[in-house]
Amino acid sequence: MNPRYIPYLLLAPATVFLVVFFLWPFLQIAVLAFTTPEGFTLKHFQTMATNWKFWPTFWNTIILAAIVVPLQLVMALGMAQIVAKLDRARNTILYIFTIPLGLSDLAAGIIWLAIFEQSGFLNSMLVGLGIVERPILFLGYQNLWVIFIAVILAELWRATAIVMVILVSGMGLIPKEYYEAAEVFGAGPWKRFVKVTLPMLRPSIQTALILRTIAAFEVFAVVVALGGTTLPVLVGETFNWQFALNDRNVAAAYALVILAISIAATLVFLRVLRTPKGATI
Amino acid sequence: MTAAVATADTPRAVSDVGTAGKFLFWTSVVLLCAWVLVPIYLLLVNTLSSPQEVTAFPKTGLPSFDMGSINFFLSFSGVLKALWNSLLVAVLTMALSIGIGAPAGYALSRFEFPGKATFRMLVLMTRAFPLPLLALPIAVMFIRIGLDDTPIGLALVHTTLAIPFAVLITFSIFSGIPLELEEAAWTLGCNRLQAFQKVVLPLVLPGITASAIFAFTISWNEVFAASVLTVENRTLTAFLLQSLSVSPLHLRFAGGAALVIPALIFIFAVRKYMFAMWGIANR
Repeated sequence: MNPRYIPYLLLAPATVFLVVFFLWPFLQIAVLAFTTPEGFTLKHFQTMATNWKFWPTFWNTIILAAIVVPLQLVMALGMAQIVAKLDRARNTILYIFTIPLGLSDLAAGIIWLAIFEQSGFLNSMLVGLGIVERPILFLGYQNLWVIFIAVILAELWRATAIVMVILVSGMGLIPKEYYEAAEVFGAGPWKRFVKVTLPMLRPSIQTALILRTIAAFEVFAVVVALGGTTLPVLVGETFNWQFALNDRNVAAAYALVILAISIAATLVFLRVLRTPKGATI
Repeated sequence: MTAAVATADTPRAVSDVGTAGKFLFWTSVVLLCAWVLVPIYLLLVNTLSSPQEVTAFPKTGLPSFDMGSINFFLSFSGVLKALWNSLLVAVLTMALSIGIGAPAGYALSRFEFPGKATFRMLVLMTRAFPLPLLALPIAVMFIRIGLDDTPIGLALVHTTLAIPFAVLITFSIFSGIPLELEEAAWTLGCNRLQAFQKVVLPLVLPGITASAIFAFTISWNEVFAASVLTVENRTLTAFLLQSLSVSPLHLRFAGGAALVIPALIFIFAVRKYMFAMWGIANR
């Protein structure tokens, strides 16, 4: 066989697969959202946007991401700095830090439910310490902001590890000489972090932010586990329209909104955090 | 805080930093480990308590090692089938994503050819999209071709999630094997396939296994697509999600533990590869 064809032969299954299960459904989702049997329409988007739940849902999702992602970046930077300084027990601590990476978002939601539910561990602690008299119903609709905080905590707990792993592997690429040079010029630990680590980590930070922001827009199971439908988010509403309201077209319109904000966020991060030409390691 | 002032001008290694700095450092390490581990511990406490204890108040924070919740969970109608479906879908996903992804990874690492950049672009593009949402149109497609509500149908969608990782990870693993080793085998009379089987395969097997486990975990944990695409043949995540609002607390906690424990084992098994995977998977 002509060896020129070998790579194409090897790539063929993956290419066919991605075309059938990625590109094609991607087109189909647009078809679902923009057409009726009669032809092109914006009706489904109108149905979506005029529903009273749409804007609260939209903003809940955006605000959650806007709070969670920056906090995760700061936390992950701290954790990565700690890991970089460890000599003893490095592997054990690294393993512990990365545990949540392998857990389902649904499991994370259930884990934090054990803490926040009315007979849960947070109430047990508060009553035990005499801070409150009776257990509080944290996750009810009267306490929407508590659900918000619980979701933020669960997301921080679950998905900071992935940011940390990306940053740690990025830090491994920074040549030691840069730090030594900075030391020679009298830069303290903070200055070295700001002037060497952060600029050199730019590509890793970019990747981590893109990955995490897209995932944050997809938040779903954590919210359902902690708040049911009390705190609506975009994927939750997509699911709701698909099943409870049985309208595939509006569900597809929701999906396109999520796709649009994901792509917008990706483009922003690609632009804002682009690496200057010739500045790679 | 004196330690911070003292170290501001003269950089020193961690070992030299004063005891106060060291104390602060290890305190944060311990606190961060507790932040990760305590919530998991609390879930396990609830799982290992009787149903009455789960709803009782206040909690002690110690397990009573009562199997009531676990027995209730396992005997609850649909749970064993859901566990089996989860396992089946995850194994199928693992086989499909390695079977399809590894050849592509090998091609990317060993050949230069027109179209290589386009393929890489296609793979990287998948990461900028919320892939589980594609389950919506795929559900329509599956109904048409009779794959709806089947483990293989869901596994195909999960494979879409896992393939970018499988391609990039196997690409990095194959790139780590010098081409000279293969060339040496060719000069000794092996053909391409034999050289691959006898020289490359044994060297890459651990890494391939790790990325297979990774694919398994992706499928095992996935919620949205699983809930959209299965009705009768629910996976464990879909089952738990659907029953969240109606099931008693102890069922939810035992279900959560059933999701967490296998994942913990998998992450432990692949911990060595975690950084190699993510380091390369993010170029």
